[in-house]
Amino acid sequence: MNKPALPNSFRTGPNEQGMFGIFGGRFVAETLMPLILDLEKEWEAAKNDPAFKAELTALSTFYAGRPSKLYFAEGLTKHLGGAKVYFKREDLNHTGSHKINNCLGQILLAKRMGKKRIIAETGAGQHGVASATVSARFGYPCVVYMGATDVERQKPNVFRMKLLGAEVRPVSAGHGTLKDAMNEALRDWVTNVEDTYYLIGTAAGPHPYPEMVRDFQSVIGAEARAQILEQEGRLPDVIIAAVGGGSNAIGLFHPFLDDKDVKIVGVEAGGRGLDGIEHCASMNAGRPGVLHGNRTYLLQNGDGQILDGHSISAGLDYPGVGPEHSWLRDSGRVDYVPILDDEALEAFQLCTKVEGIIPALESAHAIAQAMKIAPSMGKDEIVIVNLSGRGDKDVHTVAGMMGMEI
Amino acid sequence: MTDTRIDRRMAKLKAEGRPALVTYFMGGDPDYATSLSIMKALPKAGADIIELGMPFSDPMADGPAIQAAGLRALKGGQTLVKTLAMAADFRKGDDDTPIVLMGYYNPIYNHGVERFLADAKAAGVDGLIVVDLPPEMDEELCIPALKAGINFIRLATPTTDDKRLPKVLQNTSGFVYYVSMTGITGSALADTAKVGEAVRRIKAHTMLPVCVGFGVKTAEQARLIGASADGVVVGTAIVNAVASVLGPKGEKVADPAEAVATLVGGLAQGVRQARLAAAE
Ligand SMILES: Cc1ncc(COP(=O)(O)O)c(C=O)c1O
Repeated sequence: MNKPALPNSFRTGPNEQGMFGIFGGRFVAETLMPLILDLEKEWEAAKNDPAFKAELTALSTFYAGRPSKLYFAEGLTKHLGGAKVYFKREDLNHTGSHKINNCLGQILLAKRMGKKRIIAETGAGQHGVASATVSARFGYPCVVYMGATDVERQKPNVFRMKLLGAEVRPVSAGHGTLKDAMNEALRDWVTNVEDTYYLIGTAAGPHPYPEMVRDFQSVIGAEARAQILEQEGRLPDVIIAAVGGGSNAIGLFHPFLDDKDVKIVGVEAGGRGLDGIEHCASMNAGRPGVLHGNRTYLLQNGDGQILDGHSISAGLDYPGVGPEHSWLRDSGRVDYVPILDDEALEAFQLCTKVEGIIPALESAHAIAQAMKIAPSMGKDEIVIVNLSGRGDKDVHTVAGMMGMEI
Repeated sequence: MTDTRIDRRMAKLKAEGRPALVTYFMGGDPDYATSLSIMKALPKAGADIIELGMPFSDPMADGPAIQAAGLRALKGGQTLVKTLAMAADFRKGDDDTPIVLMGYYNPIYNHGVERFLADAKAAGVDGLIVVDLPPEMDEELCIPALKAGINFIRLATPTTDDKRLPKVLQNTSGFVYYVSMTGITGSALADTAKVGEAVRRIKAHTMLPVCVGFGVKTAEQARLIGASADGVVVGTAIVNAVASVLGPKGEKVADPAEAVATLVGGLAQGVRQARLAAAE
């Protein structure tokens, strides 16, 4: 593959058309186009509005609990016997994951735009919960589309959303996972475009969503960078995050992209292995294509039909990835590697035992990668893992995998 | 751009003083042979332009009926290559009826845009409707298609205001497809008076014929919409006619081509009465 010439900075994208190299763009039906242009304008204005920033900062601090801690995982570090492992504790945020960062930003935009109703898609249910939460807080009706398979494997989150006053609509098309939920959310949006705000949960979708979600999530990397400088007096050697649609990963990565000595690793769901189709490693095993408003790496068959994929983790069970990751992959700045279901499960259990932290299965993929590389690194080297969420939602799935009933 | 079959057909109907009946069906639903027989039955039953649906796994702008039809087609082994072959097979017996391919961009992008346009041209395809390519993305397929002599038919919608309309119309050719409502295919028809108003609004900006689709299911609706529009597009009703003669396992319990022909015959009556009624 032809590598594009290396840019001076990796942090300048997207361009005016919403492109990161050949990726991204605005591949949507005409009905949505005027609204997307509106959103872009509103986002530009909000970005430069001190009042918007102040309101978001206040909510992030007093409602979501930011800044999240950068925690030295001493137990895991000892166990692995190599590099020092730090966790960026997004699991400690209100609602239990990084998703709240994006939801707070977008709900303020929805308010700015005078919208009356919120819709969202969700996989693991973490984004659904965060959307339902901010909708409750700001008094909006909220409809969450969720694949029927995911409704089944993320029951605690379904109940949480209902408690928060959201309506959860199960989607049974396809495999009943995140991709299908996103299709259905887009159909709702096209139908109710006048009064509805689509609160996309990851750094994907049509421009300006990938950029906007990245900017709301970049608080993770900005904090982590300052925290490690303060706690260790230097930048880390490696940073690692799990990649579903890519929002927690781009949030951690973006502030580090121009730190040339920091190695950046994104972890894709390797499922049951990359040989077959039971994985969600779109950047390791897919090809560029167009889905859900943007061009990006996708799992697809020879005819350009999108495959369903598989992951033990509902939040990584998506056959695509945000377009900026596709660009970072091709430019060589970030390495994307697969972690199998079994490896993630092992990391889930190890982290629980040696750290007393139950990680989300999504985050367990990132921990598994740290387990692979830390032992052969020097004791003075530093790895930061994005602990994107807590694992309470996953205990049913994990019990099932371990052959137990709870 | 030189005349295409679409331009010629539209000019002819204008001279006759009636709107076009534009019929959408899903290529390969439920299988290639049956689907080809449906395609061949369409002009005989009174269809003026054929929209040949290209199935896609993730049809974001379609309602349950067309979603299900696409899945049946994919299950039956339909691919983009086979859809192009179907157009070519049809052309062997009919060199006049315009064929418009309708679908989503990814299978085309995956096939390769230049290769797709060459194959489509060779198969006798006249126009394209690609739902997820707004004017902002014209460099992808619209401009290359126009260069290849294939019409690129754009959707205009109730959210396309007067300020935006020129941008939407700029590289459009063949006809303009007005989507009667904000919504997905198969929804209920919008207020026909409002649709008439929208058609007049668009016609003030363009010389192109304006066809109206989304929600038209009956001959009576075709008649009402056809009073102001240059063409009436029917899709979900046709796809439903196919589904209505399939059993629970997808087996045919009656001839889908016949079921479609009966429906289209009625719709053809509807469009032929549209202007008579309007003149009354
Ligand atoms: C805890 C957690 N981490 C990661 C993800 C994956 O999403 P993204 O790649 O957008 O961060 C999810 C998605 O649901 C999640 O809940």
